[in-house]
Amino acid sequence: MSSFTLESGTVDTPAASTVLSMQQALNRALDEVLADNPKAVIFGEDCGRLGGVFRITDGLQAKHGEQRVSDTPLAESGILGLSVGLAMAGFHPIPEVQFDGFAYPAINQIVCQIARMNYRSRGRLPMPITLRVPSFGGIRAPEHHGESLEALFAHVPGLKVVSPSDPHEAYHLLKYAAARPDPVIFLEPKSRYWQKGDVAPEHGGPPTGAKVMRPGRHLTLVAWGAMVARCLQVADLAAEDGIDVEVLDLRWLKPIDAEALAASVRKTRRAVVVHEAPLTSGLGAEVAQLITQGCFDTLKAPVERVTGFDVPYPSGDLEDEYIPNIDRILFGIQRVLEYRRG
Amino acid sequence: MDTLPPGASGDDAAPLSPADLRELYSLMAAVRHLDTSAIAWQRQGIIPGYAPEAGQEAAQVGSGYAVDRTRDFVFPTYREMGVARTLGVDMVAYMSTHKAIWHGGLYDPLESRLAPIQAVVAGSVLHAVGWAHGQTLSRPAGASTEHTTGVALAYFGDGASSQGDVHEAMNFAAVMKAPVVFFVQNNGWAISVPTERQVAGGSVAARAAGYGMPALQIDGDDVVAVVDATRRAFAHARQGNGPVLVEAMTYRRGPHSTSDDPGRYRSLDEEREGAGEDPLERFRQRLLADGIADEEFFAGALAAARAEEEQIRAGLQALTPRPGAEMFDLVFQETTPALQAQAASWRKESEHV
Repeated sequence: MSSFTLESGTVDTPAASTVLSMQQALNRALDEVLADNPKAVIFGEDCGRLGGVFRITDGLQAKHGEQRVSDTPLAESGILGLSVGLAMAGFHPIPEVQFDGFAYPAINQIVCQIARMNYRSRGRLPMPITLRVPSFGGIRAPEHHGESLEALFAHVPGLKVVSPSDPHEAYHLLKYAAARPDPVIFLEPKSRYWQKGDVAPEHGGPPTGAKVMRPGRHLTLVAWGAMVARCLQVADLAAEDGIDVEVLDLRWLKPIDAEALAASVRKTRRAVVVHEAPLTSGLGAEVAQLITQGCFDTLKAPVERVTGFDVPYPSGDLEDEYIPNIDRILFGIQRVLEYRRG
Repeated sequence: MDTLPPGASGDDAAPLSPADLRELYSLMAAVRHLDTSAIAWQRQGIIPGYAPEAGQEAAQVGSGYAVDRTRDFVFPTYREMGVARTLGVDMVAYMSTHKAIWHGGLYDPLESRLAPIQAVVAGSVLHAVGWAHGQTLSRPAGASTEHTTGVALAYFGDGASSQGDVHEAMNFAAVMKAPVVFFVQNNGWAISVPTERQVAGGSVAARAAGYGMPALQIDGDDVVAVVDATRRAFAHARQGNGPVLVEAMTYRRGPHSTSDDPGRYRSLDEEREGAGEDPLERFRQRLLADGIADEEFFAGALAAARAEEEQIRAGLQALTPRPGAEMFDLVFQETTPALQAQAASWRKESEHV
């Protein structure tokens, strides 16, 4: 049995990089996966001729053919159930559910089938499925088009969960995920699809584990997906007040890189977890526990959480109140910095 | 109902020889004997639970008999022991799931061509469509479909036919022209709920028309009719014509499981009336009348079934729990640090027990 080794990364220097949006970076990654792996197949609602509603699969059907990149009927359970059978037949399915909220109708296939088939079959029927899910909020979308499902998926034995924070990470993490022999839920922060960034051909570090996006001394902001960029903004603002913030992109939400968390917080001695998902039983609780376990003796304050609220995802006009904004994250930072014992 | 176009040919539709008929009887006798014994094993404490299938031998053996194990693949639920036996699956490994040794059974799904047993009854129907679609994708461009395409055989019941996945599966398969045979064993009951309270539209077979899919509704207690229908369906799917639905009308003579009490929802008189003639006895009479088998043959088949059952019981009794480490080792192909840590902690803590 091989192991999914966690190796933490640091900010890497791009070599011969190209400027791409995250949408373009994901599209390029899929193009290369299809070219490199004849068993890789992409399918979902509108993935073919339209290229997906976010155009992540744009042009791939024209280039690789209708067998490799195809439209399915509109039925998420069907799409994921199809993935199971294709994986059993030796394929590497890369299905898409069009929006995060539409993963719910497929939960049975994801949880009861995809996540268990390797176990159920004692390793004889691996499920090398990469499920792409346009995720999280921030685009003023209608109901069910903005959800944070990471804790739900991370809780399911048999699944791995990853979320990229910028175009470079998106390109490399997707290529890495699509080469894995296990099911990976790939959560794409849709609010970042159009943000551009340098994409270097080599990752410059391992695509596993967490990654320090900005080193700092006074506290660690732990985030993933779209919240990483926001935390980097917050770190710039905090620096103006002389607060040196470290930003850790967790990247893999399962398995979580507990060592990277501990290493960062042993250095800064304070941590704030930022996520869009509701507070209660969110992944922030898991992160806080891992930090407590790894750094209890050095912590200067309890781990703080700045998160969405325990409410159904609100309409676009209330979205900015719901998603952690710069002010709320700064208040979180203030709470850990000003904490006094007893 | 028979909306399957005529003209299906090839090996899939070849007539049954007397030797085939005798083999079918032997298989049904073995399945009946093993099924009866498995209930006894549960009462004796050898296994904690079992899902009996008495009365469904013709449907299971007949349909399983149509499978070509060199190229087809079968997707069962949890009541397909007769199919497994017909496919030649290691029956100790199969029964291990009922002994609570390992969910899905200990048999090798790739070698046996039987997907793992599972209980979300409509879930595997979609897997069959995916696997079948994979056969289409694997076919070289321009290649003849005949004798090259594997067919997926998806089993489900009248109860599962209420689930959305069955409808998504039928629609996907029909749209994709996937080589799938949907084999419905309508055994009259979904635990305590009879078919008329379960299936709208008169029958499961009637639904196929809505998906533009041919369907056959057959006497599921007539093994020859089942073989014939399944082979025709296989031939149709194998020739690249897309999916077929076969609804075998049968009757679950016993309880849903060894934990069920059918006395709460039907009387013994109703059971006798609904069950009709025993498919095994019916086939025996037919073979006798046609001069294909004699009493000596039937006695031999019973003796072989007994010997086989004893072997399986002994194998099952000798079967010990899997090493606990497998609980951690088989979750992923690439394990995770968290799982390794949990396994290490489990080992340390269980050493004290």
